[in-house]
Amino acid sequence: MKQFKKWFVFAMVLTLVMALLAGCGGDKKEKSGGSAIDKIKKRGKLVVGVKYDTNLFGYKDPKTGDITGLDIDIAKALAKKLLGDEKKIELKEVTSKTRIPMLNNGDIDMIIATMTISEERKKEVDFSDVYFKAGQSLLVKKGSPIKGVNDLKGKKVLAVKGSTSVVNIKEKAPDAEVLEFENYAEAFTALKAGKGDALTTDNSILYGMAAQDPNYELVGGTFTDEPYGIAIKKGDKKTVKYVNDFLKELKDSGELQKIKDKWIKE
Amino acid sequence: MDFSILTDNFDTYMTGFFNTIKISLIGLVCSFILGAIVAVFRIAPLRILNFIGACFVEFIRNIPLILIAFFFYNGLVAFHINLSGFVAGTMALTIYTASFIAEAIRAGIQSVDKGQMEAARSSGLTYIQTMGYIILPQAIKIVIPPLGNQFLNLVKNSSILGVFAGLDLMYYADSIHEKTFDTFNTYIFVGVFYLVLTIPLSLLVGYLERRLAKTE
Repeated sequence: MKQFKKWFVFAMVLTLVMALLAGCGGDKKEKSGGSAIDKIKKRGKLVVGVKYDTNLFGYKDPKTGDITGLDIDIAKALAKKLLGDEKKIELKEVTSKTRIPMLNNGDIDMIIATMTISEERKKEVDFSDVYFKAGQSLLVKKGSPIKGVNDLKGKKVLAVKGSTSVVNIKEKAPDAEVLEFENYAEAFTALKAGKGDALTTDNSILYGMAAQDPNYELVGGTFTDEPYGIAIKKGDKKTVKYVNDFLKELKDSGELQKIKDKWIKE
Repeated sequence: MDFSILTDNFDTYMTGFFNTIKISLIGLVCSFILGAIVAVFRIAPLRILNFIGACFVEFIRNIPLILIAFFFYNGLVAFHINLSGFVAGTMALTIYTASFIAEAIRAGIQSVDKGQMEAARSSGLTYIQTMGYIILPQAIKIVIPPLGNQFLNLVKNSSILGVFAGLDLMYYADSIHEKTFDTFNTYIFVGVFYLVLTIPLSLLVGYLERRLAKTE
């Protein structure tokens, strides 16, 4: 009898755990209806996922707490068009790793966070038209023997997790050892500490790093095309169309070029 | 659950899995040795050793592991010591766990009745002999369960290496995740791999506990 009781309890616990796991699995598949545009208007606030650690695109100044950058300016312009006030906006921090799960969970309405449009990502989210054309490049210490992707044989290249740059560099320089870090700050710290010979990601981000520390420079030009787009929840065609119209307006009025010139100085 | 993630990325999972085993084994052995030494420091009949032991334990165990790890990885660069993520992480893990093991061993030794030490010493045994023949064999039984906890924590804490390219299971899981974008399925297999490591370890500790209880 005692033996039976023990097995019974064991089976109960097992069932509960299974049910829990099944429950977790189910959540992801659930795609909530209604377009983001309607939700934003109802809420009276636009919630955007942006980077906090990317100089020139989305950067939170640790002293003042201000979040500024090219992505932020675009988000504000969108809030102005949608709700008539660029202050009706909430900026939430995302990283390359967290942004897609956060969008799918409904934590944010859209992602404007140096996000490259790629075929693989298109399976997970929908993208707007291109708002910025970047390309992957290399950042090295001034005087480094590395002059381009072809000099990376046997060298250590630093990159950031969850970004397309990892996949690209493994393709372009298969003989290089790639070390991946949590965010750009950690990767740049590792480069400064001599943990690797070069840091690779989009040139737009590398320009920001080089602006912070003049001992480092970009070499070799760009070796990929990284078109940045605004990511919207999969299947939300209404919002995609709205954002595309907005981008076109921004481009035609010359506002987009103004924002670009403000941040990127080559 | 989607098993294709496991089969498609089996090699990557395995690389990380075996590295985690390597880190855990090195950490287990080294932290036990270091922890035992520090425990001896803490109870040795010499004030200065007590003080050094206490400093080590209180300093290390009251700092988050990730800070210790960052110190070994990034901080030591200031002293011209440049360690890889794997080495720095394993060292941090060893030192961190050692501080807890030292406390477990110390508590075990001190829980043996004081009269035994006095009786043994007055029968003519030296301090070292008393420790080796009388105190430690009794203490080990008391210490096994908390020691087991620390070893389990060590295995799980090794996941922190993933943060700075430590090449462990978590690091490779992140790299699988960035290819598949499937958060749930990618990490549920990571959980399974950790269980494959920790459950046998847990059972081993339980077995040792029962085995030693029998020799009473």
